[in-house]
Amino acid sequence: MITMRDDWRRARAIAWKDLTAERRSKAGFNAVISLAVTILVMFGFALGPDAEAIRNAAAGAIWLAVLFSGVLAFNRSYQIELDGGALEQLILYPGSRRAIFAGKLMANFVFVVLMLVIVVTVGVVLFQVQIPGAWPSLIAILLLGVVGLVTLGTFYAAMASRSRAREVLLPLLLFPMLVPVLLAAMEATRALLGGNAMGDAGAWARLLAAFDLIFLVASFLVFESVIEV
Amino acid sequence: MTNAAITTATPMARATRLSLFGWFAFVFLIASQAIAIAISPPDRDMGDLQKIMYVHVPAAWMAMLSPLAVLFFGIRYLWKRREEDDLLAASSAEVATTFAGLTLVLGMIWGRPTWGVWWTWDPRLTSTLVLFLILAGYLALRAFVDEREQRAQWSAAVGVLGAINVPIVYMSVRWWRTIHQIQSSPSTVDPAYVIGLRLNAFAFLFVMIYFIRRRYLAALLERSAEHVAEAAALGGGVGRE
Repeated sequence: MITMRDDWRRARAIAWKDLTAERRSKAGFNAVISLAVTILVMFGFALGPDAEAIRNAAAGAIWLAVLFSGVLAFNRSYQIELDGGALEQLILYPGSRRAIFAGKLMANFVFVVLMLVIVVTVGVVLFQVQIPGAWPSLIAILLLGVVGLVTLGTFYAAMASRSRAREVLLPLLLFPMLVPVLLAAMEATRALLGGNAMGDAGAWARLLAAFDLIFLVASFLVFESVIEV
Repeated sequence: MTNAAITTATPMARATRLSLFGWFAFVFLIASQAIAIAISPPDRDMGDLQKIMYVHVPAAWMAMLSPLAVLFFGIRYLWKRREEDDLLAASSAEVATTFAGLTLVLGMIWGRPTWGVWWTWDPRLTSTLVLFLILAGYLALRAFVDEREQRAQWSAAVGVLGAINVPIVYMSVRWWRTIHQIQSSPSTVDPAYVIGLRLNAFAFLFVMIYFIRRRYLAALLERSAEHVAEAAALGGGVGRE
């Protein structure tokens, strides 16, 4: 029981360290946010000037913008460690390596949620989305989607960031794996933005929660063997 | 010199036995194809076009079976840490990619004249494509990581998670499609076609096993070549004698 609590403290310390480093430099966050907004604008161009078409595609465009820019954030969270030669140190500390994963996961979660706040705000304006009455459910679904995205992103970045060609490898590994999470998140978001006439949103949200749980458990189980070499 | 002789002796012996199995597999495949085509009457709707079923459906089955081998060898590697399991998983993944690609291409060739389109976002098509992409990611990971143990552990992790994801992808895509449009039900198969299909399923199974074993053997040879090269580079072993 005590070791569990110690690991939790370690995880929090790692998350806090990552977030502090990010807050003090701000360079990473600003760049990633700018990219996300740029992607949204590009989607606007691709979808054309038709307001109806743009509104229908809003859910997908917002999620893809978060995905594309999130990939940079995931690699960065390990890249900073690697540049300072700090990852070996981190691994050598006593305690479970899963604490490292949990810490990185929490830091990335906060990072992506902050990013999402801005992306959704910009998306709502650019794509002329009407905010539905069930906005608390919408927030819940966005958070569930971020959990899935960040879990797999943090897991695969642990490998991709230490390989050659990391820019290519992470999206190549991550995007196909994220298909179920993204589908569920996009469909639930779309259903809610469209007034949830069919009552699909709840079912998609439950499915999304189940995917999150499966991927969280699986990546926690396998992470030890990913980080130790 | 002696080193090289020892490391290559065993694979060579196995290769001979394997090529016998290979001949058997390919003869069996040709015979099964011939029997299937000969005994099945032309389909009422598709005519002789239906015959592509005998390569498309078994290929699709193998594309589902071989990722299970990746999963199995991946888990066994993480458990026992034997390098052979890693090489077997990698060989299975390459063969799985081949069969998934083959399934997609054959399906398109079949789909174009029967459905009128090369591609539809049907759950099976879409999840086969995603499976293909997951496998491509697995192979890319192997290509981009040079350190042997790192490559083995990482690809085992990626292989296990990827295999877990395949049914999940299928489920989610299926649900995604059924919400948007009612999917046409797959036609039930007439008994006249079943024998041909079963024979060819076995033929493809033998071919798959042969491919995996063959690829594994090549990986073993590559590895012993690497060992010899390393020994030579370190100044000992082969080079100096």
